[in-house]
Formats: sequence, C-alpha cells, structure tokens
Amino acid sequence: MSKKLVTTSKKLARRDNNKNGYLFILPYAIVFTIFILVPVILAVILSFTNFNAIEFPSWVGFLNYITVLTNDEVFMQHVLPNTVVYALVVGVGGYILSFVLAWALCNLPSMLRTVFALIIYSPSMTAGVAMGVVWKVIFSGDQTGLLNSWLMELGIITEPIIWLINENYLLPIVIVIGLWSSMGIGFLSLIAGILNVDESLYEAGAIDGIKNRFQEMIYITIPSMKPQMFFAAVMSIVNAFQAGSIYTLLTGNPSPGYASQLLVNHIEDYGFLRYEMGYAAAVSVVLLLIVQIFSKVANKLFTEED
Amino acid sequence: MAYKGRRINPQHFEKSQIKIIIAVLPLVIFMALPIVFIINHAFKPMEELFAFPPTFIVKNPTLDNFTALIKASRTAGIPLSRYVFNSLIVTVVTIFLSLLFTTCAAFALSKIKFKAKHILMNINQIAIMFVGTAVLIPRYLVISLGGMVDSYAAHILPLLAVPVALFLVKQFVDQVPDSLLEAAYIDGANDLKVYFKIILPMIKPAIATAAILVFQQVWTNMETSNYFVNDDSMKTLTFYMNTLANANNTVAGQGMAAAAALIMFVPNLVLFCILQKNVMNTMAHSGIK
Repeated sequence: MSKKLVTTSKKLARRDNNKNGYLFILPYAIVFTIFILVPVILAVILSFTNFNAIEFPSWVGFLNYITVLTNDEVFMQHVLPNTVVYALVVGVGGYILSFVLAWALCNLPSMLRTVFALIIYSPSMTAGVAMGVVWKVIFSGDQTGLLNSWLMELGIITEPIIWLINENYLLPIVIVIGLWSSMGIGFLSLIAGILNVDESLYEAGAIDGIKNRFQEMIYITIPSMKPQMFFAAVMSIVNAFQAGSIYTLLTGNPSPGYASQLLVNHIEDYGFLRYEMGYAAAVSVVLLLIVQIFSKVANKLFTEED
Repeated sequence: MAYKGRRINPQHFEKSQIKIIIAVLPLVIFMALPIVFIINHAFKPMEELFAFPPTFIVKNPTLDNFTALIKASRTAGIPLSRYVFNSLIVTVVTIFLSLLFTTCAAFALSKIKFKAKHILMNINQIAIMFVGTAVLIPRYLVISLGGMVDSYAAHILPLLAVPVALFLVKQFVDQVPDSLLEAAYIDGANDLKVYFKIILPMIKPAIATAAILVFQQVWTNMETSNYFVNDDSMKTLTFYMNTLANANNTVAGQGMAAAAALIMFVPNLVLFCILQKNVMNTMAHSGIK
C-alpha cells in the first residue's frame, strides 16, 4: 500500500516537468513555426531589403519604412485614412453593434434567438470571394442593378449611379459589405457570455437599486463577461484589418482613385502587381504592428487589474 | 412596484419582447437579404436574369444555371470532378490533421506540466491577432523553398495551425476536472491513453467548433490556389467557381456564378446548423482572461 503511494507521488513529481508535453505540442508547433512564425520573421527581414522576387534581396536598412512614412503619397492620403475609417466603422462600430444585437437576442426565447443568431452569423461564413456576384448585381452601374432600380422606383434618383466606379460611394459600399459579414465567432462568443452571467447577480442588483435594463447592462452584464468582451474585440480588430482581398473583385486593385484602397490591397498592389516585395513586406509589418497596438488597447479595457 | 431584475434567456414569449423584436428585425432582414437573393438568383431562368426591371424573387425556378455550370466545365480542359476531388482531399485531410494537432497541443497546454508551457501559450495568444494575408509573400517563399509548389501540401500545410481554434479548444480542456485525470494516472494510464480515453471524448463540442472554423477557412480559401499553385489541375473547386464568377461578366454568367456561390455556401450553412449547439457550448468558455 505505502509502496504504491510512493510510486504515485514519484509519478506526480515527475509530471512537474513532463517531457511528454513537448511531444504533444510538437506537431502543432512545427506547422505554427513554419507557416506563421517564420513568415513573420521573413517579413521583418524582407522589409529591410529591396527585393523584386528575381534577384537576391539587397539590404537597404530603414529605407522602406522611411518611404512608407514620408514618401508614399497614396499610403498617407488614401490607404491609411481609408483603413482608419474602415477599422473604426467596421471594427469598433461592428463590435458595438454585435454586442447590442447579442444582448437583444438574449432577451428573446431560445427558439427565436437561435433563428435570429443563425441569420446574423451566416454572412460571416460567406467571407470567401464567392459572394462577390451578389454585390456585383446589387451595385451594378446601370438600370438593371438592383439598388439603382429600387432607388429609381422610389424616386430618390432619376439617373442610375455607377456605384463601383464613383469615388464617393466606394468606401461606404465596402464598409457596408464589411459590416454585413462582420458578425462572426466574436458575436457568438458575446451571446454565450451574456447567457452565462450568473442569474443571481441580477436579483442582487435589483435589491441594490438598479432601476432598468440599461443599468443592468452597464453595471452587471458587461463587468461579468469581460473575457468574452475581450475575445470578441480581438476578433473584430483582426476582421477589420485583414479585409481587402474580397473587395479587389468588386473595385479592382488599385480601386478607382484609390477611394477604397485598404492596407491589404496596398500590400497586394506592391507585392504582386509591382513586385516590390521588400516594400510590401514593410507595409505588412506596419499592418501587424497596428493590429497589435489595437489589441493592447482592447486588453487594457477588458482585463481586470488583479 | 420596484424593478425586479430582468430575466435573460426567458423561457416564454412575453409582451415586452415585442419591442426588442421590432428593433432587431430590420437588421436581421438586412443580414438575410443578400443570402435570400443568392438563393433566388441561382434558380432564375434566363429571361428572369435578363428581366427589366430586375427581379428579386424567382418566379419560375429552374436548374438551368446548375446544368450550365456542369456544361461549362466540360468544355474546359479540366473536368469538374477533378476540382471536386481536389477540394475533398484538401478539406478532409486539413480538418483531420488540424484537429489532431490542435487537440494534442490543447491537452499539453492545459493539463500537462512542462517548463515552456506558459511561454508557448502566450505566443499562441498573440498569434490569434495574426493576419494571414499580410505575410502572403514570405509564406510563398517558404512554400517554394520547401518544394511544395503545385502539391496538395501547398493547400493543406499553411492552414493547419489555427491559433483561434487552439485557444478555444484549450479553454474547453481546462473545464475537464483534474481529479478525473488523476484517477486515470493512478490506475496506470499514460498521457497518450488519457488523451484518447478521457480528453477527446469530453471535449467533443470544442472539436466540433474547431472543425467548423477550419472548414470555413479551407473550403472558401482562394489564397493557396491563387498564389501557391500554378498547375490548374491542382487547384480547388473554390478557385474554379470563382473563375466562373469573374470571367463571365455577362448576365448569363451571372446565373452560373450565383449557382456556384450557392454551392460553396450551402455546405458551410448545413455544417453550422448541425453543430450549432456544440459551438455555443464552446463559446461559453471563449473569454480571454
């Protein structure tokens, strides 16, 4: 009996640094390293070089970064402002919208909630380019376009608007599509978070003088689901900054007058159309850094200080 | 009468919910319209696709667009079945390997004590914020240096590590009680046995969720076909469906493109509907602390 206890405690002690842990994580670690870590490191290295995909990259120091910040008019005048506006509306706006929607759905009976949640979530499944045809038909520039036809029937416009060429409408169109497909797993996480809030907290809150649903949301719901709030925020940020390739299909790259050019489009433009891969890599690094900064801010907002 | 505190997750329909439904309904309709449209568009006969003013709802549904889609692939050099085969192989292998790698890693990060554990966990947490499209070029370099261009590996390997999936599965493994594992270890089970006999059966909802995430990424993925594969016979169904959608800018092409879009979308929807309960169960543990 005591012998068995000794071997067991030995076993447990050995498991403080169980080498099997490395074995179990190894397969994931290998693909992670090769296809995520190494590419990021390569991007950082390439960003300090001049590389045209044919000759061996030549070292240029910080030149690419200096160019991004001082010499790239398209980046400063179009790409950066567009990306900021897009990230604010689709990222921040979409995040607030998804919380409000999640909260509203949680006040409905489960059958109705499931149906609504499915409808709201399903656009994010279409994130692939396949849905491009829908938007092409809706925003078609002549009278056969669905939107033009509706607006003309309602008498709001008399002439069809060439939506996908007109610089005034490109960014708003891209933002609408972005919002439409932004309710992904972050949204589902928020629903689950709200449903999981301890019911007794609400009863206690009512005794403590909470007067309405809005106060409940601010003082009880949000503080008790900060981890989910943070997860959803990260998902929103990533979603807002990785958007771009889908819109190439609609607006072309570069888009007319760079009106809807986003960071990802700028990277594709330099990397795959001009073959200035060193420069494209520098823009990629800037993109990755911006995402990290935004996530840090979200982290500050939603993590408990303890 | 004092405010009693609301009931989240109400069991029955109450009058007060009507306000909420009225507020939410316009948004729900906005979200649903494009999908309702694509379903209708895919079944429209030629004269309705050409109709002026354009119609939203199909009046005389036909399968013309789907047959046209199959016919178009016959005239192309590569038969449709080849793309379907490629997509099936790529999707099945990617999901299987990705889930195997992810659950193993999640087990290690959650339940096995080893030194590098916390560092590795933090690295993965940061990688959740990773934007794949940003490193397309270096990824291509890695793939071409590894001699993987024009192979199934170019489709599969880049999609295996999904940091969000690992994070969600790991959070779920955290919920498996330690006492259960201790009991198994005392009975003489080793780590491998614990992984197969206890962890895997207990985290089925998380596995289902990860499967959906991976499926969505691999099924709709265009990057690998566009950038890592030159040989047309090695490209996927998604790629082919998109060339159809792009090449035929005519109205006739539109019908085919809509049919193609529907074919790509429906598997996603069906899978999600089947596994929906599991997903919500997993999401309950999705918070980042």
